[in-house]
Amino acid sequence: MSDIDNDLRNQSRRQLLKGALVSTAAMGVPSLSNAQSIVSDGDKDSGSQVAAYVFLTPAEASFVEAVVDHMVPADQLTLKGTDLGINVFIDRALDGSWGKGDRMYMQGPWQVGVPSQGYQSPLLPSQLYRAGIAGTNQACEKMYGKSFDLLDPAQKDEILKLLEAGKVDFDGGLSSKTFFGVMYQSVVEGMFSDPIYGGNANKAAWKMIGFPGASEVNARNIVEYKNKRYSPKVMSIADLS
Amino acid sequence: MTKNFSEVDVVIVGMGWTGGILSKELAESGLKVVALERGAPRSAEEDFSIPRMRDELQFGIRHGLMQDLRRDTLTIRNNISQTALPMRQLGSFLLGEGLGGAGVHWNGHTWRWTDMEFKIRSMYEERYGKKFIPEDMTIQDWGITYKELEPYYDKFEKTAGISGKAGNVDNKIQEGGNPFEAPRKSQYPLPPLETSLACDLFSGAAKNLGLHPFPMPTANASRPYTNPDGAKLGQCQYCGFCERFGCEANAKGSPLITVIPFAMKQSTFELRMHSVVSKVHMDKAKKVVTGVSYTNLQTGEECFQPAKIVILAAYGLNNTHLMLTSGIGKPYDPVSQKGVIGKNYSYQTGTGATLFFSDKIFNPFMSTGGLSILVDDFNANWDFDRSGPQFVGGTTLNGGMFGGRPIAYHPVPPGTPRWGKPWKEAMSKWYLRSMSIGSSGSVMANRYNYLDLDPSYKNALGQPLMRMTFDYTPNEHRLSKFAAQKINEIAKSLNPEIMTPASPRTGPWSVVPYQTTHNTGGTIMGTNPSNSAVNKFCQSWDAHNLFIMGASLFPHNAAYNPTGPVGALAYWTADAIKNKYIKNPGSLV
Repeated sequence: MSDIDNDLRNQSRRQLLKGALVSTAAMGVPSLSNAQSIVSDGDKDSGSQVAAYVFLTPAEASFVEAVVDHMVPADQLTLKGTDLGINVFIDRALDGSWGKGDRMYMQGPWQVGVPSQGYQSPLLPSQLYRAGIAGTNQACEKMYGKSFDLLDPAQKDEILKLLEAGKVDFDGGLSSKTFFGVMYQSVVEGMFSDPIYGGNANKAAWKMIGFPGASEVNARNIVEYKNKRYSPKVMSIADLS
Repeated sequence: MTKNFSEVDVVIVGMGWTGGILSKELAESGLKVVALERGAPRSAEEDFSIPRMRDELQFGIRHGLMQDLRRDTLTIRNNISQTALPMRQLGSFLLGEGLGGAGVHWNGHTWRWTDMEFKIRSMYEERYGKKFIPEDMTIQDWGITYKELEPYYDKFEKTAGISGKAGNVDNKIQEGGNPFEAPRKSQYPLPPLETSLACDLFSGAAKNLGLHPFPMPTANASRPYTNPDGAKLGQCQYCGFCERFGCEANAKGSPLITVIPFAMKQSTFELRMHSVVSKVHMDKAKKVVTGVSYTNLQTGEECFQPAKIVILAAYGLNNTHLMLTSGIGKPYDPVSQKGVIGKNYSYQTGTGATLFFSDKIFNPFMSTGGLSILVDDFNANWDFDRSGPQFVGGTTLNGGMFGGRPIAYHPVPPGTPRWGKPWKEAMSKWYLRSMSIGSSGSVMANRYNYLDLDPSYKNALGQPLMRMTFDYTPNEHRLSKFAAQKINEIAKSLNPEIMTPASPRTGPWSVVPYQTTHNTGGTIMGTNPSNSAVNKFCQSWDAHNLFIMGASLFPHNAAYNPTGPVGALAYWTADAIKNKYIKNPGSLV
């Protein structure tokens, strides 16, 4: 089975499993070597993409889609964030055990503490995310008269940098820096985690950097490929299942 | 209603490396042993199977093999004037849970701590004078010697299948090994691992600067191996999923595949899972302990297991917590400096640089838990003069990466935007083309760094959480500055195209970013009851039939990883119980 066939097979399997429709363009990206032409062709078709959400409301989904497409834009390396399913990853993570605070100590009393004491919000990650989106959109309305998803790229950069620095004041005192940290990490996770979680469609982010995925058996390779590029077929958990 | 079991010879709390070693050794000697483990059973065949185990999100990022903080955590503060708040998510250190404990997800680095640590106060005072040690630095001699521990280090190395290159066998320096290690009786059981390009570059640069590079001694089997007990280890496959993961190839020396199955073979041994111990009981005369109370987490049932000997073999922090909640020994107070339980909590001091070379390919994903080359010139080398940089302790320096899992590892040059096309381009360009040089430094005990019970927060059993009060002191800041200088000197000599230099640490210790799971102190070893919780046989000064294992025994923390002495002290204590204590129960010193 060729790499392309294999990728197509997994793509359709993922759609069935996750109910997430990823653009047909994403299905056509076989490998980094000839990604450039296919990605640019595919970009023209990507308007047909539809994602279904279990946690995000329509306004929240618009925000998340805009964030992941801004942070992970389409270029010669990969399709854009929504075409990689990063928005779907985030939606599922927020709805799942992580979003519900699995494995977190959530007993009071609650105090803000100092930064070295870490996360001290009484909000579960999914609640924090929801409040952070609302707070950011309110700030965008104040600053630019429109919600985040309707901003131009320079405005998006500006507001994201303000969030990163904790310089956006949210109603209720929630830290915009804390929100940005959680949101940024979720984008990175959606980009680079195994496609089984809904992001990193077609293993595109792994191919982008040269990470071969889940299959490494390198006792010989570590000798044979010292200072040499090693480019095996990139394998995901589903490929090996 | 409490379910009462009949008395056994030994009850062991926790089933990681030390619980496994003690269980095997004592059950094989004919003693009736019950071990209690709070977590779930697990096996390599099932739990660490491929592709399940190659899931960075679940195990590397979401900490799938670690302690569930909903049930228990610690509170954290930097100094006694702050209000401690709960560690609500894992970060700076990762507490293990389940059969095999942290011995399942460790990297494998296995060192022999030397007399430089065991006689730290006397050696520094002799060489540098009493005034060299700051007044608030509460370091002390341990009461044990390297010579006493040597056979037990050897035994642990052979059990775990350590790959490495000896540097000093019977006082003969061995080419390619660590010339500063204490004399050993024998070579490591396995040859060192293959090297990566990062290892080779670090090694060459270190040699050019007159330093003495050698491969990390580590429990990643460089060849298939059968240990002296008959446990079979596979060959390491350099898969890059080592630390935070279980090994599907059984190539990582772990209690799960070595000591525990041998304990299980004994008819005198019983293991009870999902059993979280809440209290060690003392008799009315407060001379001996009588057994432990625990909760069966599957039924909620409260149980009492009486025993002639109680051994605390949980993670060091949990051993200290159990001593505090049981009210055994006097809790340490940093103001009066009275009491011993919770005293001398210590950590480690690290920093690192990233080097970017567009003409080299490092393949960071081809790696394993201990794949690095180190120099010990600024640590175990006693001739290294600390009076210049003005610190007590030392630091190892190392070159190499332990894996290239992409959520956590996608290095980009300084100044790269954090999103957008330039970010993607930088990750794409540099993922394969960068390497790291790092350091692992000691932390000396300080009177204000300690563990006690939190006044406000409770765990799921309704007990107070343990409170950790810790920050770095000027001694560690000087050490960190020195380590950063040395790292940058080595890094610059390699002429990288771009470099993120190592920086000395600044600001307070933070619980947020991962640093190291080498938490030491709390139930420390010493020469008398006024300065320590246990004697050199890890035997409580307050109850002669109570023994404590793990890095909570360490009166300070060294640059080296703790598992070597943790394993050696477990074998040493097993011998002391079998050969001395059983024949004549009472204080062994």
